[in-house]
Amino acid sequence: MKYMLLIMGFREGEGMPPPPSSGAPSVEEFMHYQRELGQAGVNVDSGLLQSFEDATQVQVNDAGERLVTNGPFAESREYLGGYQIIDVPDLDAALDWAARCPGAKYGRVEVRPLAEF
Amino acid sequence: MGPAGEPVEAVFREERGRLLALLAARFGDLDLAEEVTAQALLAAVETWPRSGVPREPLAWLATTARRKALDRIRRDATLATKLATLHADADPARRAAPVPEHEHIPDDRLQLMFACCHPALDLDTQTGLTLRYIAGLSTAEIAQAFLVPPATMAQRLTRGKRKIQQSRIPFRVPGPDELDGRLSLVLHVVYLIFTEGYAATGHHDLVRCDLVDEAIRLARILHRLMPGEPRVTGLLALMLLTDARRPARVDGHGIAVSLEDQDRSLWDTSMIDEGARLTTQALSHHSPNSWSVQAAIAALHDEAPSAQETDWRQVRLLYDELFALTPTPVVALNRAIAIAWHEGPQAGLDHLEALADQPSLTRQHHWHAARGHELARLRRHTAAAKAYRRASELAQTPAEIAYLASRAEKYTTPG
Repeated sequence: MKYMLLIMGFREGEGMPPPPSSGAPSVEEFMHYQRELGQAGVNVDSGLLQSFEDATQVQVNDAGERLVTNGPFAESREYLGGYQIIDVPDLDAALDWAARCPGAKYGRVEVRPLAEF
Repeated sequence: MGPAGEPVEAVFREERGRLLALLAARFGDLDLAEEVTAQALLAAVETWPRSGVPREPLAWLATTARRKALDRIRRDATLATKLATLHADADPARRAAPVPEHEHIPDDRLQLMFACCHPALDLDTQTGLTLRYIAGLSTAEIAQAFLVPPATMAQRLTRGKRKIQQSRIPFRVPGPDELDGRLSLVLHVVYLIFTEGYAATGHHDLVRCDLVDEAIRLARILHRLMPGEPRVTGLLALMLLTDARRPARVDGHGIAVSLEDQDRSLWDTSMIDEGARLTTQALSHHSPNSWSVQAAIAALHDEAPSAQETDWRQVRLLYDELFALTPTPVVALNRAIAIAWHEGPQAGLDHLEALADQPSLTRQHHWHAARGHELARLRRHTAAAKAYRRASELAQTPAEIAYLASRAEKYTTPG
């Protein structure tokens, strides 16, 4: 069963809640995590995203017109920092890997089963 | 309908729970397990009167249900594909194994209980699923017990079942490093069912099914499956020792009777004996847990001939221990009440006043009622009446409201 771990970070700034732990996971921590996933044979795919400040939003309306705006969605308190797809037997195994993910210490990791078609 | 005109599910309640757990663990599909369990029970009702009850009824039911499950899987190609992938990676040996015909049928209800009380489900859903699939209540009964519309409960159960299925919550007893935390959740759900039912005593609502009995039944199942687990033993003991007082809790007019004023001859002695025995068992483990300590406190109350003759010193010491284990405002409140009995009303009142800044306490009637009690003992009747009045405004059940209002009345009248 494949699960995507959505590695969420908290945006800092006015009206934003403080993150559970200050700072951000280091690249070394993620490398280490990747090695562990690889050794366990559960790694499917992963990616870390550039800063949410570099985000661009795209929407297409009924007329087929493109609306492009700069930056992250203003209302959201959280941003997606990266993802990890794993293939494990069940939710408990997925939760174990989510807990070991470096992002869990500084933000939140959302565990979502991938839809099967 | 069964022999006594009851629905099939009620007659085969115990078997139903075990079958469901067995099939859910085997096929990893609660929906399928539910469907074929019902079919197997129906087959039994149709066949057994003609052919006689088989020597191993549960094995017969398990085999029948499993056959029906395999039939449905064959019929349903999409499902079969899904299950094939399921089989491929999760314990193939166990799934492929046939249901034993003439030997011991495993009791998988513990696995099912851990799945129903998984932290990935919210508490309401955990409670609903446990009552539906472990206790075997109908959706309508659960809805009635929790005073929600049947459609709401049905939706809650469907969503919970769906999440178990879609996110693949395992039907498994967690490993040693996780067991502690996960078992706490299971016990919490069982106790929540108990307190929900207990608070309703005196509602005079005959249609409301008895959640207290269900909770005790669930704890008995847990205790049978985890006999060496002191927290389970402690919880069962606590519930028995508390429920033993049921016949004396409400008087003939539906008014709640305080522990102090209860007719102790009405208490159920066999429940007290069993509860006390289990408490001793639970406490014999080196590390105390909050359930066992609460059971020990309940046992001291139950075994005392009167409130005055209760070993309040010991009760207070146990509350100290409980507070060290679970430092909650409610425990602090009960500790203050024990101090009042042990050291006198002024000491008790001082401890109660020290909790006045706890909104979780002052929003509920217990704290105000306890203050009223100590103020009355100190002959500060006006203040006592005021405290009881406030308590009666905050109380939830008619029995408690009636009791607290009568107290307020008593101290309002001079003399």
